[in-house]
Amino acid sequence: MKDLRIRWTEDLDAASRRAAEAVAARARRSGLVDVGYASVDSPVGRLLVATTREGLVRVAFAEESVDHVLEELASALSPRVLESPAMTDRVRRQLDAYFDGRVRAFRTKIDWSLCSPGFFRRVLEATARIPFGAVSTYGMVAKVAGSPRAARAAGNALHDNPVPIVVPCHRVVPSGGGIGKYGGQEWRKRFLLELECAIASRD
Amino acid sequence: MDLPPFQRLLEEHRVDVYRFLVATVGAQDADDCFQETFLAALRAYPRLRDASNLRGWLFRVATSKAMDHWRTSKRRPLPVEDVPERATPEAADGRPELWSAVAELPPMQRAAVVHRYVLDLPYAEIAQALGISEEAARANAYEGRRKLRSMQGAFA
Repeated sequence: MKDLRIRWTEDLDAASRRAAEAVAARARRSGLVDVGYASVDSPVGRLLVATTREGLVRVAFAEESVDHVLEELASALSPRVLESPAMTDRVRRQLDAYFDGRVRAFRTKIDWSLCSPGFFRRVLEATARIPFGAVSTYGMVAKVAGSPRAARAAGNALHDNPVPIVVPCHRVVPSGGGIGKYGGQEWRKRFLLELECAIASRD
Repeated sequence: MDLPPFQRLLEEHRVDVYRFLVATVGAQDADDCFQETFLAALRAYPRLRDASNLRGWLFRVATSKAMDHWRTSKRRPLPVEDVPERATPEAADGRPELWSAVAELPPMQRAAVVHRYVLDLPYAEIAQALGISEEAARANAYEGRRKLRSMQGAFA
């Protein structure tokens, strides 16, 4: 009976991988993918990007394990989470262009589902309007969000920004000087600010 | 209840489900059945109420797709010139005569034999995948194996 057992072969792995990719592509065309994700290489390390039908919902830095991020998305949004190069194509190309200095404003819709409405979301929406190459302060963002004295709370909200880089929380700095904290490690904040400063001063 | 991201199911079980389908419907149609299996599973996934045995559930879906396939292929016999020379996939170990014998078994015995001897699943999981009792799973695997022996006395 042992002869019945099919040997594990490269063929089986490759064939099932191709079939699995076909499943993901067909699922997307049938509208069955609620969250599509992909990895992007960038100067600040691997980024995981996830989109829904509404828009970009999550950008995660390499310190966060892919498994963990996907579990969170499955739990918060829908378990229909699939790897989808097609669904993330637009944002991946925009990120490439941003790091190359070819694009200054992301033209991608944001899905705010992971941001509880209220102060948290207003802080992020205010931050989304800070232009490329400019910076604002925690106090100013708090004020625009409707709570002028909540600078510290604004900082906490920015720390939990689910879509860093695209919602540019790196452009928010302390009023007293320095670059302040960053949810995705401070070297990245410095890198992004220097990148934007260099590009903005080119012209 | 938190269901894991569907991509994880696909990654963790794709090789085994593919192997199962190659063994049950043949290499020619395994791809189609695989896609139908995972699309059907994805469609039903958010409504799933018991996540304790996702593997068993996937195999149940795969089994029903394989049975659909047997039913429709019985109704629509292949034109003679399309019949492949062997019913066996290249991936199978080199015992084509054994595979054609498996293909002769009635669907339930065939599924039970494949689950038991190709996939090495315990009877409890086979029962779940086929939607039958553990005793029936055991009986079908046993009966299938007995038939294979008598058909192909040389091996088994």
